[in-house]
Amino acid sequence: MSVDLSLLPDGGVGWLDASGPHSDIVLSTRIRLARNVEGYAFTGRARDGERLRVLSQVREAVASVSTLQHAVMYRLDELPPTSRALLHERHLVSKELAGLDAQHPLRSGAAVFLADGLGLMVNEEDHLRLQALRSGFALQEAFASIDKLDRDLGSRVPYSYHNEFGFLTACPTNVGTGMRGSVLIHLPGLVLTKEIGKVLASLQQMGLTYRGLYGEGSEVVGNFFQISNQTTLGRSEEELLDQLLRVVGHVVEREAEARRVLLRDAGYIIEDKLWRAYGTLRYARSLTFDEAMNYLSGVRLAVGLKLISSLSVYTLNKLLIFSQAAHLAFAEGRGLTESETNLARARYVRKALEQEAGSVG
Amino acid sequence: MLCDSCRERDAVVHLTTIEDNAVHQLHLCEKCAADRGVETTVSTPKHPLGEFLAAHQHAASASTDGVRCTFCNTTMSDFRATGRWGCARCYSNFEAGIRELLRRVHGNHRHVGRSYRPPLSESLERAAVLGELKDRLRRAVESEQFELAADLRDRIKVME
Repeated sequence: MSVDLSLLPDGGVGWLDASGPHSDIVLSTRIRLARNVEGYAFTGRARDGERLRVLSQVREAVASVSTLQHAVMYRLDELPPTSRALLHERHLVSKELAGLDAQHPLRSGAAVFLADGLGLMVNEEDHLRLQALRSGFALQEAFASIDKLDRDLGSRVPYSYHNEFGFLTACPTNVGTGMRGSVLIHLPGLVLTKEIGKVLASLQQMGLTYRGLYGEGSEVVGNFFQISNQTTLGRSEEELLDQLLRVVGHVVEREAEARRVLLRDAGYIIEDKLWRAYGTLRYARSLTFDEAMNYLSGVRLAVGLKLISSLSVYTLNKLLIFSQAAHLAFAEGRGLTESETNLARARYVRKALEQEAGSVG
Repeated sequence: MLCDSCRERDAVVHLTTIEDNAVHQLHLCEKCAADRGVETTVSTPKHPLGEFLAAHQHAASASTDGVRCTFCNTTMSDFRATGRWGCARCYSNFEAGIRELLRRVHGNHRHVGRSYRPPLSESLERAAVLGELKDRLRRAVESEQFELAADLRDRIKVME
């Protein structure tokens, strides 16, 4: 059985529409809450039967949770690897839940509920990982929706909670609020002006951390960074989000300033570099993932600087998702070797840019 | 560039601080940076708990090593191997060590965020307790703790 993504009203990637605030710099905002169901060993320690019981208990509760009434559920443990990879590439499930992480084989009872900007992973490292995803820089909006889901679900399923330590999680780095807010942000200006090192160092001093496109353990490619709170305990949800809001707001301003400086001091060099990136994407016959990400980063900057006007951020966002290996294989309807993937990627990108090419230049 | 503090070694850490909206920059060598409590990328262990785990590796005494979580059988050495607790009960069973761990990881051990009360429903509670007793019974049998197993079996009988 393969995954039917058409069941999801927006393919689960509504955030790609670039409708949110600052969406030229901030791609998306995600907040996740880690929760465990009382009465069972944590997922990593639980037996198959316990995990299945967690899933059935949660499933029963979800049926009466208003925000998840029309949610689609996928049983990861019943899907082939290609379908699981597809869900992972859409950022709808973690690598661990999808069983694509060599250290964590696919678990029985691994499932995800998906509804309009909300997700609930079951039997991830913690029994429950609730997440809200929004376009652009929208922390408060994302928190409002996840908080509602958390309260609704928590009144039906008993969470593991300790008066002193807060919400209990398998990994002590998540205990307390169990909350991780992260903002996926594109910082080519700060990278090109070599300011990025200072900005990243200051993040750490402010209790924040950064990762690559796919969260924990992933490399930074295409100048995309995920900035998130490092600690989850000792501060309230509001304080943690407020800090993230202020610091990321500051980073957004610095990025905008760096872009202005680049145009002012190195206008033609930058313009040439970005058009070359566009040219490569428009005509290349084979593209690796990293290459595509790096050139897309250049083109995204060119759109942000209004050097290229007829290309939408929406198209660029779609390219980020749909030019990944599992999506290309899905579109081709068969498994692809690495070199076939690179050919298919170049073809897909070319086509997408051609369609919007009308008045480019 | 020389270190702003000792003026001897090369500065490898560039510290930016923001006070009253003014940005201050300090260029430090690794040692002076460490003295000021700045974790350098060079010295930061990859595993977020690496430092704590390494410290405990040395300090672990035989007495704490023998302790098992009464619910899921996890031991300190299991935790050291995986960096993960086995269940919610581990937090009570290893409370003192966990408090110290949380202080290191988060700079704090007290939750100040949203408080929570689990839903109270008699049947829900009964089912949860029963399920928990059965899980404990299975584990007790597996680990050959027969006295405990007999006690658990009696308690389950009463509830059923």
